[in-house]
Amino acid sequence: MTRISSPDALERIRQEILARRDPEKPCISVCAGTGCLASGANDVIAAFEAEIEKQGLKTKVYTKGTGCPGFCERGPVVVIYPEEICYLQVKPEDVSEIVTETIKGKRVVERLLYVDPVTGEKAIHESDIPFYKYQVRNIIGNNIKIDSKSIEDYLAIGGYSALAKALFKMRPEQVLEEVKRSNLRGRGGGGFPAGRKWEESRNAPGDIKYVIVNADEGDPGAFMDRAILEGNPHSILEGLIIGGYAVGSHEGYIYVRQEYPLAVENVLIAIRQAEAYGFLGKDILGSSFDFTVKVHRGAGAFVSGESSALMTAIEGKVGEPRPKYIHTAVKGLWERPSVLNNVETWANVPLIINKGAEWFSQFGAEGSKGTKIFSLVGKINNTGLVEVPMGISLREIINKVGGGIPGGKRFKAVQTGGPSGGCIPEELLDLKVDFDELTKAGSMMGSGGMIVMDEDTCMVDVARYFLNFLSDESCGKCVPCREGIRQMLKILTNISKGKGREGDIELLEELSVTAQDASLCALGKSAPNPVLSTIRYFRDEYEAHIRDKRCPAYVCKDMVSYYIDPEKCQACMICLQKCPAEAIEGGKKKIHVIDQEKCTRCKTCFEVCPPRFGAVKRVSGETVPPPIPEERRMIVRE
Amino acid sequence: MMEVAMDTNKIDEIINKHQNEASSLIQILLEIQRENHWLPKEALQRVSQRLNVPLSRIQHIVTFYKAFSLIPRGRHEIHICMGTACHVRGAPRVLDTVQDLIGIKPGETDMDLKFSLETVNCLGCCALGPVMEVDGKYHGKIEPAEIEGVLKNYD
Repeated sequence: MTRISSPDALERIRQEILARRDPEKPCISVCAGTGCLASGANDVIAAFEAEIEKQGLKTKVYTKGTGCPGFCERGPVVVIYPEEICYLQVKPEDVSEIVTETIKGKRVVERLLYVDPVTGEKAIHESDIPFYKYQVRNIIGNNIKIDSKSIEDYLAIGGYSALAKALFKMRPEQVLEEVKRSNLRGRGGGGFPAGRKWEESRNAPGDIKYVIVNADEGDPGAFMDRAILEGNPHSILEGLIIGGYAVGSHEGYIYVRQEYPLAVENVLIAIRQAEAYGFLGKDILGSSFDFTVKVHRGAGAFVSGESSALMTAIEGKVGEPRPKYIHTAVKGLWERPSVLNNVETWANVPLIINKGAEWFSQFGAEGSKGTKIFSLVGKINNTGLVEVPMGISLREIINKVGGGIPGGKRFKAVQTGGPSGGCIPEELLDLKVDFDELTKAGSMMGSGGMIVMDEDTCMVDVARYFLNFLSDESCGKCVPCREGIRQMLKILTNISKGKGREGDIELLEELSVTAQDASLCALGKSAPNPVLSTIRYFRDEYEAHIRDKRCPAYVCKDMVSYYIDPEKCQACMICLQKCPAEAIEGGKKKIHVIDQEKCTRCKTCFEVCPPRFGAVKRVSGETVPPPIPEERRMIVRE
Repeated sequence: MMEVAMDTNKIDEIINKHQNEASSLIQILLEIQRENHWLPKEALQRVSQRLNVPLSRIQHIVTFYKAFSLIPRGRHEIHICMGTACHVRGAPRVLDTVQDLIGIKPGETDMDLKFSLETVNCLGCCALGPVMEVDGKYHGKIEPAEIEGVLKNYD
């Protein structure tokens, strides 16, 4: 490939690629994102390739592994173009039928379609499925259309046209102005306006400046950045190069966690391709603008996602935060002006340049423009990535897009914002999801994790879970965070073990305020959020744990006991055999009894007891009834 | 045994690939870790010497980040996802069961160097939670009762 040397040459190449492709030729797209791969997408792709070969269709059909379209719950996802027929949970054994029926016969395989759980109606196209219907998929929508390892696919959907526009039709100041006018706010957590950050760096003194992609997506339960980086890496590169041009930087870094091997692989391929095509390197597209990108892998530390820590890590040191009296935009990587934005923020940049700030700001709410990708996970029917305009209510996301709570359980809370966020209760479900509203409710947008919890989730346990995570991940540099979190975790652990004391709630609140005020970086400052928000909305659960030694959700093991109801036990031996602690006594025709001394409260017996018997009972905050005497334990059947 | 020190040439090769830059220290260590599955002291000394970085700083890095191991690892690596989505879907019970079955805690390797057990904060396939990953293979929506059957297949 010779480097493309002008915008006209870019358009010519794009037209050549399009001319080579027959829009009527069937194309089988299989999601090859991490989620679908884990459900066996690779075997499905291999099966398609073999079947197409077998049926002699090799020249008549395209097959490709694409990025993640978001519907992980029903993976592996297959979409067949040009009709856009969407098949879900496809297995290798379905492949021959799909090729024979859909590719050759132009008929739909009904059993692989989406079925609405309420109406029973089937949906043929992606856009008819409720999960997708209520989304606005400006960014993630492209994932299923392109082979994530192919630059030609990206060019075919208009890739790098925003870069050409920025370099040849706009001055750096105009690019900056456009981003500022769009009011694009950082998607990584803080929600700081990207344009203002860029401007600060642009105006900062110095010839060497850096632009950086933060792909150290450490929040448990969040994987939208990974999906974009894996699925459409060129869109990130394009955004970054445009950013470099606007800021006056010639060097970019992508900091990606090594736990995302596929993202690292795809972005490295994309960089090589972009260099070969002339989108990176010297004299990009003949504009005399030079720009290079390096990939830096993170080695597994949550705190390294913090801006100053991330920059320290790129320098090859331990990724710990440092005080930011001077913004990193002025004094960042190697003490030079550095713009750091997260993956999703960069992905928005080419769209804003191509379509304009007005187009961008028609989506979203006052103060929070554009769309946001959330990873909707936990106790929800449609787990996956959802891209919605900001300002949509939590209720709409959970019920309409997410399809509600599985198993007829009751909704309890939704946790947003990752470990630094908070839990939002049912009465606030009509809250508009944007940067400011979530903060007001005591949570935050964070990077967009949205974990749904049902009645079986204990809120004290959730708070303890996050503090445990944060105490592990605290770098230990400042005392309020290191010691504050540790003490809070100790108190929460005691409460969940039934050793809570009056005054613990107040003590937690007091420690929280100190950690918020005095910690060095955002990790410590926001660490109390999970505690404070659960106390604020679920104080009664804390009180039940402390006063009655009762866990209302039956989660905190030390407060739950199991026993077998002698009236209901059919002496079927199932629980007795499954009990890993051998804590159940009894025998054939002999009513089973749990030895409370041996029982580890693992809940196995409760789960394996056939529902029609329902003999295993649980209690919390009270003692189990005494076992029935030995002589009455034999079941005599007539 | 796996404790045989890593080939110095291999280490030099990795360092040379990164043009001997001190800023690539973490990248170099990651590659040695990937190649050898753990970081022997001799390897760290070699890196220190070649990059002219004090061994104490290397120690600081390898003990700070989770990706590094200073002890030999087992033949099979088990990762239990403890991400929030997996947590609310019962990951703690999955972890308890695995610990009971193989007799080691997270961060440990058994005496036969068969299994190493680690917890991870999110594998990013929350739709499959709770998830247990063994040598890169994902076992999704795993029930504690199924775990013994899965682990039996490894030797």
